[in-house]
Amino acid sequence: MSRKIPDSEYEKTLSFRLKRWLDGTKDAFVDTVEMQEQKEFVEDDTTVINREIERQQRLYRLYDHANNWGISGFEKLYRIFCVCFCIFLVVMLLISVSYLPSYGQPENPVNNEVSQRYIENGLQETGAVNIVTGMILDYRAFDTLGESHVLFIATCTVLILLRKDKKKDEWGNDIEESDRIYEPKNDVILQTAARVLVPPIIIFGIYVILGGHIGPGGGFSGGAIIGAGLILYLNAFGFEKTERFFTGKTYKVMSVCALGCYCLAKSYSFYTGANHIESIIPLGTPGAILSSGLILILNICVGIVVGGTMYTFYVMFRKGDY
Amino acid sequence: MAFVQNFPFISILMSLFAGPISSVLNKKWAKRLNIFVIVFVGIMSASVLGFVLGTGQEYIYVMGHFAAPWGNEIRIGILEAAMALFFCVVMFLCVIGGVLEREREIEETKHNLYYIMVNLLLCSLLALIYTNDIFTAYVFVEINTISACGLIMIRQSGRTIEASMRYMIMSLLGSGLFLLGICFLYSLTGHLLMSNIKEQVALLQAAGEYHIPLLTAICLMSVGLAIKSALYPFHTWLPDAYGYSTLSSAAILSSLVSKGYIFLLIKIFYRVIGFDIIRESKVINVLFVFGIAGMIMGSVNAIRENSIQRMIAYSSVAQIGYIYMGFGLGTTAGIIASVYHILSHAATKSLLFMAASGISDASAKSKNFFDLTGAGYRNRLAGVAFTVGSLSMVGFPMFSGFISKILFAQAAWGNRNKILIAVVALAISTILNAVYFLKTVIRIYTPEKEEIVINKGFQDVTISEQPSKSVAMICLVALNLFLGLFSEPVVMLIERGLEMFA
Repeated sequence: MSRKIPDSEYEKTLSFRLKRWLDGTKDAFVDTVEMQEQKEFVEDDTTVINREIERQQRLYRLYDHANNWGISGFEKLYRIFCVCFCIFLVVMLLISVSYLPSYGQPENPVNNEVSQRYIENGLQETGAVNIVTGMILDYRAFDTLGESHVLFIATCTVLILLRKDKKKDEWGNDIEESDRIYEPKNDVILQTAARVLVPPIIIFGIYVILGGHIGPGGGFSGGAIIGAGLILYLNAFGFEKTERFFTGKTYKVMSVCALGCYCLAKSYSFYTGANHIESIIPLGTPGAILSSGLILILNICVGIVVGGTMYTFYVMFRKGDY
Repeated sequence: MAFVQNFPFISILMSLFAGPISSVLNKKWAKRLNIFVIVFVGIMSASVLGFVLGTGQEYIYVMGHFAAPWGNEIRIGILEAAMALFFCVVMFLCVIGGVLEREREIEETKHNLYYIMVNLLLCSLLALIYTNDIFTAYVFVEINTISACGLIMIRQSGRTIEASMRYMIMSLLGSGLFLLGICFLYSLTGHLLMSNIKEQVALLQAAGEYHIPLLTAICLMSVGLAIKSALYPFHTWLPDAYGYSTLSSAAILSSLVSKGYIFLLIKIFYRVIGFDIIRESKVINVLFVFGIAGMIMGSVNAIRENSIQRMIAYSSVAQIGYIYMGFGLGTTAGIIASVYHILSHAATKSLLFMAASGISDASAKSKNFFDLTGAGYRNRLAGVAFTVGSLSMVGFPMFSGFISKILFAQAAWGNRNKILIAVVALAISTILNAVYFLKTVIRIYTPEKEEIVINKGFQDVTISEQPSKSVAMICLVALNLFLGLFSEPVVMLIERGLEMFA
């Protein structure tokens, strides 16, 4: 390759330097830039402390309701917005309710073949004089099965939240103050009243459960009455006396038996129903105590679960141990 | 009636019954029972799926001696059976993956209570999937809500109790609105059975009657279920609930519980109201807007998080946004994409929770982002699993997230008015996803200095130390790859299932 300019001139041009850089024969930074070994990054203590103080002050300023207009303004706006939103929701729902079919008219869509069959054939098909019981425990037993498990799982959740398992420390003292250290209360009025009231309450509860299919009542209401009776007894006489017959273990065993019985009974009825097998359970004479097939048993199961649930809630919220 | 047809009923009743039984068992047996139930229900669901695919038509199973509308019934089609099978698989992996965390974080005597919650949660999910009666759905929504609360607060710390409190309040608000919606529908149609309501609603729509209450009912039910599944403006309960609960709870809640409600919403759209009426009612436009907002805001919040578990939790908000965006498109293709995204997100999110806990195990249990530097080298399997999960979330080809993004983009072409917004939002959200997920991946593969590793007590974690979590992670990676590489049969299955659904 011929070149018009001499080498000494050429070495000064840009293209020569570019070529040399591309070839790698000359590093642009070596000998031209001052180079130092990279130092370890060290922070002195005062900067760290200052930064910490600043962070604290920032946090303090952030949660200072009196002087931080942002946060106080937000809270005011929040309240106003809440009220406006609630009013909007109420007005909207009221307007839409006003467009619904008016209540209690015979030609309403609700009065269709479904309720007609419940009312007209309920007695023959379920054997229960109380049509509502027949509906919830026979026609729509699957929903009620779910519903009784809702109660059970609610109790379990409360147990997770409130049950104290570590009761004693190494010297045998109660770590967490349980309400039982204030017992017995020996309140004469309460005890006398309880002595008179508790047996009739529980017996009435049992009556309501057992009569659920022949009159007003059923497992849910009867169970609630029994639970109330147990709570009254507990209030009057304390944990020690109640635990002679009702402990956490009793509740567990009872609810497992009741729910298991419910599940098995209904599984049988679902299975036979879906596979068109004739059920062997007789319906009996309507109005008799032993009638209406499985409904009586289911009512008892539901009653046990509801009563136990109410009582367990009360015990847990009183910090009783179970 | 073939014996296989009894399986859905048996699986619901079995998981329901396993709950009370666990309360009298000790920890070991309760766990065994729980695993047995999940596996058995999974096998039964698989055979039901085979049966339904064989006959090619759905069937009705009467619960009791009285046919619907007087009694209860469940209805089994392809989509239901497939969902039940998938939920069982994911739940099984979530439960076995979190064994070590449960040992550490749950009080010794409360383990059986945990398994009660898991059993009843499985039961309620199955019932939500199969039921053909809207009130039965409500009853099992209640069980679902309460058991989810239990799952959150089983790890007893201040944050989880606060989180479950929030969850309870928001979730009950959602249930309440849903119940109000059912009441409205009942007084308009006089039925609780889904198919009968649909007939009546079609008649009302044709006659032009009760337009306003019908719209209110649709709104109430959609908003109620949107609150429960954490659609964007109602998501405030989510980060704490997923971020502080124990590993299996977080994985189950994010991948299954919210998806159960979304499935119920699809069911309401198709089976109860009818998709045409929903499309005319403009409610889906609202869902579309909130879905888009969720896609972007969820990711923005995730970028700002410093704790890895909370970051993954916020990413759920974005993914739920995708699903609602798919509803909002108002086309069948959109719904297919949403259903696919339910599967994809369930598989990926549980994988991410497992992997995040794996890499935080290698960083002295710290969930703080800055402590995770180099954790991918200290726990290699979890690092790989986290990378797979992240790539899938971002939408890298081969993984399931890619397919769902493609399906969303294709579905967007079907709706001329929304195509631009949907595609732009997809693009922005993908970039934001990439920002926070790849940032984490880079962080866990940046080597940490020796002295810091020693100072903070970070230790290497091998596969043999956490066998169950490793198995769960490997299975979830495989599931993710399966959904990503063999998506065609899955999409076909969803298509056929949705046809059967309507």
